[in-house]
This record gives sequence, C-alpha cells and structure tokens, in this order.
Amino acid sequence: MNDKLIIGNKEFNSRFILGSGKFPLDITRTVIENGGVEMATLALRRANMGGKENILDYLPKGITLLPNTSGARTAQEAVRIARLARELGCGDFVKIEVINDAKYLMPDNYETIKATEILAKEGFIVMPYMFPDLIAARHLAAAGASAIMPLGAPIGSNKGLLTRDFVKILIDEIDLPIIVDAGIGKPSQACEAMELGVSAVMANTAIATADDVGLMSTAFKLAVESGRYAYLAGLGRVLEYKAEASSPLTGFLED
Amino acid sequence: MADTMFDFMEMIDSDIMGKVLSQVREYDDTRFHANDVKNALGKDRLTFYDYSALLSPAAEDFLEETAARAKMETRKYFGSSISMFTPLYLANYCSNHCVYCGFNCNNNIRRGKLSYAEMESEMDAISKTGLREILLLTGESRSQSNVDYIGEAVKLAKKYFSTIGIEIYPLNSDEYAYLHRCGADFVSVYQETYDPDIYEKNHLSGPKRVYPYRFDAQERAVIGGMRGVAFGSLLGLGDFRKDAFATGIHAHYLQRKYPHIEMSFSVPRIRAYINAENHGCSVGEKQLLQVMLAYRLFMPFAGITISTRERAGFRDNIIGLAATKISAGVKVGVGGHGLEEIGDEQFEISDSRDVAQVHAMILEKGLQPVYTDYLRLI
Repeated sequence: MNDKLIIGNKEFNSRFILGSGKFPLDITRTVIENGGVEMATLALRRANMGGKENILDYLPKGITLLPNTSGARTAQEAVRIARLARELGCGDFVKIEVINDAKYLMPDNYETIKATEILAKEGFIVMPYMFPDLIAARHLAAAGASAIMPLGAPIGSNKGLLTRDFVKILIDEIDLPIIVDAGIGKPSQACEAMELGVSAVMANTAIATADDVGLMSTAFKLAVESGRYAYLAGLGRVLEYKAEASSPLTGFLED
Repeated sequence: MADTMFDFMEMIDSDIMGKVLSQVREYDDTRFHANDVKNALGKDRLTFYDYSALLSPAAEDFLEETAARAKMETRKYFGSSISMFTPLYLANYCSNHCVYCGFNCNNNIRRGKLSYAEMESEMDAISKTGLREILLLTGESRSQSNVDYIGEAVKLAKKYFSTIGIEIYPLNSDEYAYLHRCGADFVSVYQETYDPDIYEKNHLSGPKRVYPYRFDAQERAVIGGMRGVAFGSLLGLGDFRKDAFATGIHAHYLQRKYPHIEMSFSVPRIRAYINAENHGCSVGEKQLLQVMLAYRLFMPFAGITISTRERAGFRDNIIGLAATKISAGVKVGVGGHGLEEIGDEQFEISDSRDVAQVHAMILEKGLQPVYTDYLRLI
C-alpha cells in the first residue's frame, strides 16, 4: 500500500514520531529501531556539541531530525534557536515550541504564528506545536507551516486525546498533516488519534515512563499502524443511539 | 521584624510577602489526620491544605505512598534526566552575622577571594570535567565582592558554561539586570526561615537582617530579566514543616504572578561548620525526604537540587524520586578545583565524589546525566 506521510519535501513510511530526551540516551537506538521511527525531535538545548552526553551523538544517521525550540518564550527566541539548529547541521525541519507558562507548558499560539511566518520565509520546514484552535491553525497554515501539531493533553500528562473534538475540526478543515503532539499516554490513545484521521502521532513521556521502554516503543508502532489502517479502511458504523424507534417516526409518509 | 531598609535597598510594589506571611500565621500541622494525607495523595493538583497535610507529622506514616506518587510526577515532568552542576565559591567575605553559618563575619576563618585570573583557571578546570552548568557563589559582602566583580566572573563563566546561576547577596532589580546581561540566568536566594522572629534571632547584624529585602529578592531577579529562581529554607533553623510550607507557597505566588519563570527548590539543612559548637539538627533524613516529596507533589514542574551536604546514599536515591539536579566535584572553600584553596569552607560536605563518579552513579540508576539543558539567548 502506498501510504506515505509527506511533510515539506520529504516522504515518510512511519507515522510514529519520537520525542527524545526523556529516556536514557543509550537506549535511544533501541527505541528508534523498535518503533520503526523515521523522525525524532530533539531539544536543541540538550545539544552539548563536543561535550559529554550530547543528544545529537545518540540519534542514528538516516532519521530525520526535528529540532525543537524548547526554552523559547517568544517568537524571536524561537527563531534564534531554529537558526542555531540549522547552523549545527540539524537540517531544515524545525518544531516550533514557544512556551511561557512553566506550570502547564501551554504553547503560546500567537507567538508561534509569528515565529512560523519568519522561519517559513527562511526556507525552514516548520512544524508548529499549538493548542488546537482552528483560527490559530488557519493562521499557521497561512504563515507557511508544513504541518500542524496540536496537543492532545498537557505535555507529560499521559491523559490521552482530551482535545479530541477540536483536533477533529483541524483534521476536517486544515489541508496540512495534523500531528498530535502531546498527552498521548498509551498505545490505545495513539491508535484512537490515528483512527480519527490525524496524519501522525508523536510520543515521548508515554514511552519514557514505561517499565520496558523498548517494548513500549514497539507497542506504539503497532498501535499507530493499526489506527492508520482503520482510518484508511473507513470505520464501520457505530451506533450511538437506540437503533430503531419501536413505532417509526416517519411512518406517516406516503400513507 | 527588622524591616528598616538600608539606603541602597530597592523597594518593589509587591503583595507576595503579605500573602505568604498570612498563610504561614494560620499554619497548624497538628490538625491533620491520615485522611487528609490520603486525600492529598489522590489529587492531581494540591491545594495549600493538601500541601500542608503532606508536610505534617501525620504524613510520616505515608512516606512510601508519597514517594511512589512523587517518582511518577518526577518521571512525567523530567523523564530520566538528571542535571549536573558544580558550585564555584568566588569569595567568602561576609558582612552578616548569621549564627548558623561558617562564613559569618565574626567567625575567625581564612578569608579570600579569587582574582580574575584565578577564577578563569578554576572555571577552565571545572569545564574540563565536562560540566556545562556552574553556580557562582560569594559570601555576602557588597564591598569585597561587589556587583562589578561578580559581573566579571559571570562574563568569564560565559566562555566555559552554557548555564550560569548565581547564589550571592540579594540585589536590586537593576543589578540583577546587569548580571543577566553579563550572562547569568538563574538566581538562588534562600530565606533561611520564614518565621520573622526566628529570622531576627539568627541574623544578628548586617543587611541580611532586613527580612523583607531578602524576601523580595526572587521577584527583583525576575524583574531584572532572570529566567529562573530558586527558593529554600535552611531546614532546622525554625519549625522546618512551617518553613517548607512557606517556601512552597512563596514559589507558588511568584509563579502565579510570573508564569513564565522556572522555579526550583533547594533543601539545605543545618550542618556543623568550623569553630561551631554542634548546632544540632532537628531534621533527620526522614523529614528531609518528606519535605522533598511534598515540594515535588505541590509543584511537580519545579526543579529540586540536592547538594553535597547530604551523604552519597541519600543523594543517589533521591534523584529521579524527587530531585532533578545534583552537584558533583564540589569544593565549598574558595578555590580548590585547579588551584589551592585560598579561603575556608562554608560548611562540611558529605559527598566528595567527582564528576565522573557521579555521572557513573546516575547511569547505574538507569537515569540520564544531563550536562546542558539550557540555551543562553543573550
């Protein structure tokens, strides 16, 4: 089946994007291999060039790096971090994260839109992390985003797709890949998001907090694939109301 | 409360101290029972009531459950990351008389301060161990280690380190802004005790005697543009439960007012120092653990630092459970990293392991040593 995920100028077979940085670096390779991961984020602030435990040294060649701008609190800071990432050889992909709330780590959609506009003009493939608001998503698309990454629940909460209905609106209305980025806590939730029609799922904490990190990565791979197949197959009808009224409401027609 | 400001002290318009003190006055840890603790442990976000329940004697029977919750929260917010850093004492001159501190101005110790060349050589030696985060400390002497002197130290540190914190005497906001421009981003100021009477009895002379000026230091640092601030009580100086409660809500109110600021806690408890009678320590490891777990559950997103005041066995087990940052290769005298020590130490340390040893320990625990987790944008 030819079912590629296309972001910017690149095709991906995998729809499971890995957030790195929450599990020990020496198992990164196992997690990536087990998950069939082709794209992984890295926090540029964890890049320790030429130093010890440099996250860049642990991400295998051949996968697409998605440096994020975590630590940025304004559009300008995000722009500077993105440029730095490119200078360090991380490629053109960038995940914009602008957060100025230390408690819930909520993204600032407004600053994110501004950063997206600047970076898209500079040739970056911009994937903004955002709170799933349709209007903001439209602005992001207009600003040149290559994908939209709405949160499913607060980062690290493992609470699942709390924003389901709003993510669905983005799927229906925005002509870009929609990638659920935060809050996915277990494979079943990743599967649910994929069934709903998101283009990919990103996870980090859910895997990092598992007892067996490698095995959980495999579980996510399968769940994402399963959800994707279900979406492509077209979900069967699931009746949410009583099937038939005992005396038909429309029985009076053509009496 | 000694609140007559010295001339140089800036007053800011803030209601945080009033809010904290009124909460602290109402604090009564005898009213809590097992049920309050259980309720608190079942919640996602703790109220002040829940938080004080976790700090109460009643919660000592629930340490194991509390630890399990704390570990989960630590993993959720920080994954397996454990940040590493070391302090560098630039000078140990001090103009305060704090009865519990080895640096106090009446204590007859060897005083010294690093020249710029000495600082750089120390920083070079520290950076060769792989560390990228440094905490610059001085005693509290505005004349011997003035802001310009500290500024030069920060500028030098910028050449070697990605993250620079300062733990010095409280400054005015424009002075914090200056050090921020020099390259410092994180500020630690410890109130020692939030009880104004006990504070006064322990701070006999010097600018530190002025409680409100110290209290507002974090807020002035934020106004000056700093990215993160650290809080702490010297546990054991007053009622440690009340002080831990006050420390948490101090951070809470500041976070409400400045939601973008990174918060962290330190948990010093009273230790012996040179020429001191044994000051005694009413806070055992069990109580220290209880405080750290309560900080974690009250503010799951906040960093917690564990210093070498504690023994290796405690440090090794608290990381990943509640603590997220650990010092390594620590010298608490002035100098001592590459150069010979030129001034006596502030307190005695209980864990003298070097960076490589602490690194290996972190890996052994299945955690990840992190050398840099910050991008300086100035």
